[in-house]
Amino acid sequence: MTHVLLDNLTITFQGMSHPAVDAIDLEMEEGKLTALLGPSGCGKTTTMKLIAGLLKPSQGDILFDGKSILSVPAEKRNTAMVFQKHLLFPYMSIGENIAFGLRMRREKKAFREQRIKEMLDFVHLPDMARRRPAQLSGGQQQRVALARALVVEPDVLLLDEPLSALDAHLRDEMGELIRSIQTKLGITTLLVTHDQEEAVVLADKIAVMFKGRICQYDKPPVFYQRPASVDVAEFFGARNMIKATMQGKSAETVVGTLEVEPGELTTGKAVLTIRPEEITLGENGVNSLEAKVISKVYMGTHVRVRFLIKGIEIEGLFTKETMSEFQEGRILTLSFPPKSIWAIPD
Amino acid sequence: MAKDTMTMTSQAEKSIVIRRKKHVRRWIAISFLMTFLILPLIPLFIWSFGFNWFFPNVLPTRWGIRAWAYVFDPTAQILPALWDSLVIAIGTVLISLVIGIPAGRALGLNVFRGKRLVEFLVLAPTIVPPLAVVLGIHVVFLKLGLADTLIGVILVHLIPVLPYVTLVLTGVFANYDPEFEDQARSLGAGTITIIWRIMIPSIFPGIIVAALFSFIISWAQYVTTLLIGGGRVQTLPLLLYAFARSGDYAVTGAISVIFITPGILMLLFTSRYLTGKNQALGGIGR
Repeated sequence: MTHVLLDNLTITFQGMSHPAVDAIDLEMEEGKLTALLGPSGCGKTTTMKLIAGLLKPSQGDILFDGKSILSVPAEKRNTAMVFQKHLLFPYMSIGENIAFGLRMRREKKAFREQRIKEMLDFVHLPDMARRRPAQLSGGQQQRVALARALVVEPDVLLLDEPLSALDAHLRDEMGELIRSIQTKLGITTLLVTHDQEEAVVLADKIAVMFKGRICQYDKPPVFYQRPASVDVAEFFGARNMIKATMQGKSAETVVGTLEVEPGELTTGKAVLTIRPEEITLGENGVNSLEAKVISKVYMGTHVRVRFLIKGIEIEGLFTKETMSEFQEGRILTLSFPPKSIWAIPD
Repeated sequence: MAKDTMTMTSQAEKSIVIRRKKHVRRWIAISFLMTFLILPLIPLFIWSFGFNWFFPNVLPTRWGIRAWAYVFDPTAQILPALWDSLVIAIGTVLISLVIGIPAGRALGLNVFRGKRLVEFLVLAPTIVPPLAVVLGIHVVFLKLGLADTLIGVILVHLIPVLPYVTLVLTGVFANYDPEFEDQARSLGAGTITIIWRIMIPSIFPGIIVAALFSFIISWAQYVTTLLIGGGRVQTLPLLLYAFARSGDYAVTGAISVIFITPGILMLLFTSRYLTGKNQALGGIGR
């Protein structure tokens, strides 16, 4: 197991005014799966390529177990990368593809054969060694790509959007496989993804990246309850954002004064968010407001309702039993529990 | 017949019609090939075995193997010329690939300032008449001691060859994914391993096509060989021309048959790389 530390890591591409990766510090715990999450172009794949040694940083350092590995060339760094495209060598059999890393390490043939068999069993593709990549389905190819990376027993496993090229039902399967293998082998893993759901399901910790910088690094649930910025909140699907001015426990907003749980933010401008499912119907003592129903959408188990409160649109999510309450144009009382409201500094 | 009685047999008939159509099309293709490629070659064979063949006879009045005996006579010039032609063509193929692969990679994978100009310069030899260029080069080669040598002829053959080789390989590299190389490196492969085990196998069909172009163009060079070789370097086209002018049609026919053989053999051996699916026939990309 390897402990990975990125220290002030920066890279600026030639001809670019802004760094693609801007002074990031990140500590990946040994044996854990860390997700690097962000929109496309935020520098997450670049960060991964820096760790793999495929790019050289302009500044900063990368440390494996406390030792800098910057002077080690990519082919000698014991990292293995799985790309978004499976990138199986088309003129080699599945077995030869898996054994590629072992050949590069000059392992004996008998050992290679044995490892090919082990790895194929591991990714649930027994007896496929003699096939050609083109004879496999997309999901199978991606599993072979994973096996090819794992066979070299890397210090750090780097996964670049390994699920994004797959169909929805294959994603879950592949995601579970990655998670189970990663836990079983305890390889320090970095997963790059633009899909917050994927990150939440797979990762022990998530680093959210925007414009080359890491905005928040936390355990998955924190991003839903306590997002550090409006960008992060929006990225995690936060809906109801209301601008406010904080005064201790109360927040002044256009919809009225709302009571919030005492947090770190007690003065100044803020944006309040509350998740749609936390809003309750009916008078509840504090933070009760009159709202007009604009529209509703039946979603199977739930009903998604949009309201208007003093010109501000609010979205709520309720159980389907309450569906009949939400007739369009009706005025209802909604409650916003103080502990569910989170104030983000604006 | 009503629509709903459309039965299996009528569907089968339909597919037979389609198959027959394909059949017909293939035969049209083959007959075109015969007419324009094979037919003109038949007189060469007849000539090479003919003794007397004058108008209005359809076939020679006397037959013999004099011409072929002469061609394979070790004291005649033909076999050494065949050897030199082969050495020059193979040398041209190798050098053109060594230059063309990096050039094709640069043009096919990268976007850079002045790329259009470079592309134009690469293609320029196909527009400028080689005679004009070679006359100038001859002076330089004389000074460098390259005139009248095999190396000199190989170098001058590169002029008409390189545009085609570069163009073919540019097309191949435009469809090549360099991330395969990153993947291999991340699994522990060094640069030389990457070139031999990743890049070359990936672009192999394109290399075959480029080599074929290179060989055939070099094989057919006349003016450039004559000027730079200065008569010291004798290749098959030079002899062919000399015999054709002397009026010995039998020997001319025999040399012609030898002359066209490597091209046809190479086409046969590499035909599986020459399908429309081959990216080598795509041209400049990106």
